[in-house]
Amino acid sequence: MNSQFALQSLILRTAAHFLLPLLLIFSVFLLLRGHNEPGGGFIAGLVAASAVALYMFALDIRSAKRVLRFEPRDLLGWGLLFGVISGVPAVFVGQPFFTSQWLELTLPVLGELKVGTPLLFDVGVYLVVIGAVLLILLSLAEAED
Amino acid sequence: MLLAVLSGFLIAAVAPWVHRGLGRHSGWALAALPAVLFIYFASFLPALGETDGGRIILEYDWIPSLGIQLTFLVDGLSLLFALLISGIGFFVVAYAGRYLEGHRDLGRFYVLILAFMASMLGLVLSSNLISLFVFWELTSITSYLLIGYNHEDAKARKSALQGLFVTVAGGLALLTGLIMMALVGGSYELHELLTSGDIFREHDWYLAILLLVLLGCFTKSAQYPFHFWLPNAMAAPTPVSAYLHSATMVKAGVYLMARLNPSLGSTEDWMLLLGLFGAVTMFVGVFLSVRSTGVKQVLAYSTVMALGTLTMLIGVGTETAMLAAMAFLLAHSLYKGALFLVAGILDHEAGCKDFLQTGGLRRALPVTTVFAGLAALSLAGVLPMFGFVAKELLFEAVLEAPALAGLLSVFAVVSAVMVVAVAAIVGIRPWYGPRVDTPKTPAHEAPPALLAGPVILASLGLLFGLGAGLVDQGLIAWAAAAVYGAPVSPYLSLWHGFNLPLLLSGVSLALGLLLYLNWERFRRFTGFMAVVDRYGPEAAYEKAMAGMVWLSEWQTRVLQNGYLRYYLLTILISTVGLVMVTLFTRTHVHIDLDLSGILVHEAFIVAVLLMAALVSVTTRSRLGAVVSLGAVGFCVALIYVLFSAADVGITQVLVETLTVIMLVLVLFRLPGFLGLTPMVLRIRDAVIALAVGAMMAVLKLAASTTRYADSISEYFIQESQPSGYGRNIVNVILVDFRALDTLGEIVVLALAAVGVYAMIKFRAEDRK
Repeated sequence: MNSQFALQSLILRTAAHFLLPLLLIFSVFLLLRGHNEPGGGFIAGLVAASAVALYMFALDIRSAKRVLRFEPRDLLGWGLLFGVISGVPAVFVGQPFFTSQWLELTLPVLGELKVGTPLLFDVGVYLVVIGAVLLILLSLAEAED
Repeated sequence: MLLAVLSGFLIAAVAPWVHRGLGRHSGWALAALPAVLFIYFASFLPALGETDGGRIILEYDWIPSLGIQLTFLVDGLSLLFALLISGIGFFVVAYAGRYLEGHRDLGRFYVLILAFMASMLGLVLSSNLISLFVFWELTSITSYLLIGYNHEDAKARKSALQGLFVTVAGGLALLTGLIMMALVGGSYELHELLTSGDIFREHDWYLAILLLVLLGCFTKSAQYPFHFWLPNAMAAPTPVSAYLHSATMVKAGVYLMARLNPSLGSTEDWMLLLGLFGAVTMFVGVFLSVRSTGVKQVLAYSTVMALGTLTMLIGVGTETAMLAAMAFLLAHSLYKGALFLVAGILDHEAGCKDFLQTGGLRRALPVTTVFAGLAALSLAGVLPMFGFVAKELLFEAVLEAPALAGLLSVFAVVSAVMVVAVAAIVGIRPWYGPRVDTPKTPAHEAPPALLAGPVILASLGLLFGLGAGLVDQGLIAWAAAAVYGAPVSPYLSLWHGFNLPLLLSGVSLALGLLLYLNWERFRRFTGFMAVVDRYGPEAAYEKAMAGMVWLSEWQTRVLQNGYLRYYLLTILISTVGLVMVTLFTRTHVHIDLDLSGILVHEAFIVAVLLMAALVSVTTRSRLGAVVSLGAVGFCVALIYVLFSAADVGITQVLVETLTVIMLVLVLFRLPGFLGLTPMVLRIRDAVIALAVGAMMAVLKLAASTTRYADSISEYFIQESQPSGYGRNIVNVILVDFRALDTLGEIVVLALAAVGVYAMIKFRAEDRK
């Protein structure tokens, strides 16, 4: 089912095995630093999706699905859920829906850390982007026969 | 009060479980709710006398942050309706429990009928125009569901839809009218609007408001020419016909006309419109009623008659007319409720749906016979009944009408003659005379649950007749005062002496009986009506519906043609047209094109970009087109990066990469080009493409040189760190300042993905 996509290149296959985790870690890095430096959920999601796409081209669709572990459809749902939930806390403190809420923590090793609802929202964006891109890509690739 | 109105919805929500738990006694159990509500509303009666103006206003906070309140207005009019709704509701629910016993959807029936009751109560008690309208539409919707209760019957579904379309179309007009009223009167509260009648009557919008509101009322209350939906609504189970399409819902229009009379009434337009339409409806209704033979058809058309009478009386607008209207309303609800329930007994026990199938049932159903007769006497307006009191007042009111007195009187008398015939058909035909073989032979008298309604409602007709003054002072005078807008002196009594109305009553009684004796000849004689029907309002409705279907088919064929290229063409051309027209007519475009600061490498990127674009439109290979489009995308990304929009640049690169991958996956499977588009079409596409490009360029240049407001960028730059806790402004905007927009975008993205997924999967399944 994957004959047309498997480029049968040993170099690419070997590289993909290493590149996938690296790219995924990079995408999480982009996601987390996005608030201060270039990056963010959208870009991170695209990078993660490209990583899986690369893996799919290098090996085959089934391996790509296995390495993804989640159904892309489920990712869409979770992402939207996170996005909506992140707007809710504001309501409980009497502010308009989606007003961001921040929590400042001082941790022993890491120093000062700010955690807020925008981060949760960004994770939602991240998941939706991965889900959407991979849902389309994988179903296109699968539909070949 | 809030609980009283909403309790119907709350109980409706649990009604199916109540029904499952209690089985055949569920009718009585659920009927307890209307009974309690009846007592609750009755408890307001003494309080009315103690307030000035007979009006109690109850306010509840609804959306306090927006200053919206839920206001209820309790006065004679709303109380009269509330008592009728809950009182008759009690009998109807108890009746339905037995009448529909064993029907598999009985649980659903309770849900609908209780929800309807709550909506109707909300409608008559609301003081806020918007909540009134919401309840108004809720009654239309519950009515739709109840007419279509036997949803496997195509005729029932069609009738339900017809009723819904007619009433909801009127409802739209009504909404417009009510909003205009609120704009003119400066308030959405009825109790504030009702005291300011002259503002409306002298306003330029008066006629428009009047017509819109009346359109809503006329469709709801089945006035000619919208009367046709009501007889068709008889496809509903009989308890529904008794309740919605006779005693309560169809009177909602009458209620609203009565309610607004102090604001909109007593002008010439009002009198003419209501008087004429009411009189014509009255006449048409009763005429069609005598012509029909179906049990429920006869009753339904006579309900149309009653609605016309009420409209006419409100149009006449004198003190007597208001008293007459309220008395007639009460009398009609009592006898028509009873008669419909009797019709249900006829169907349930003897299987009769047509008067021609009936006859001589008095021995089998003795109790039903007596009380059907009693209700029919009230309908005919015979002496000791409350119907008589109402009819006397009706004659008196039309004889003294300030306008059109002669015409209305003639209509009223002719209608009264035929009403007597209708009463005879209902009260005599099924019960006396030789025994006719009915489809089902009644084994025994109807059970108490079925009899309770007719017995008590018909008896009340007699009781109120004998004690007319009592009802008058207790309720009718208050109701009439609310409609009239000023206190009304109690006037109702059984005996007003020998006068013209009494003479007219006597004459109509005699002529009506004569008509009944010649019923068959009358029907034969009016056989030509079948021809008229073919061109009547119902035919017009059918034509209009067919026309609508044709129109939507046509526009779907044209707009939804299924060719992506035509969709694109339509979208692009209309965008260019609309933007250009707006740009050049509404604004003063001022374009500053300063090319002096461009550096060499920037010019080089633009040149590459242009060449890539040119290749993509001229190449004959699909893959070549995709790749050169990708090159365009990367050039754009480079430009972003050069002008320090790193985030956008990264996104662009990633999106380009993935787009190319997706396109390749799709193009992979397409066959090679078979034929190329003719030159003419390609020139057309080129022109459109250039026009879109030019438009975007002009728009962008205009936007950056012509500013009407300060850019918001400064604000974002300043606030990003302190309020958003982030240095990456783009991201702070995305996830914080404009998070709701982003949420919308990811929802669109997710939907698009699901759409693509569904298309691919379904196609794959189709092929299997």
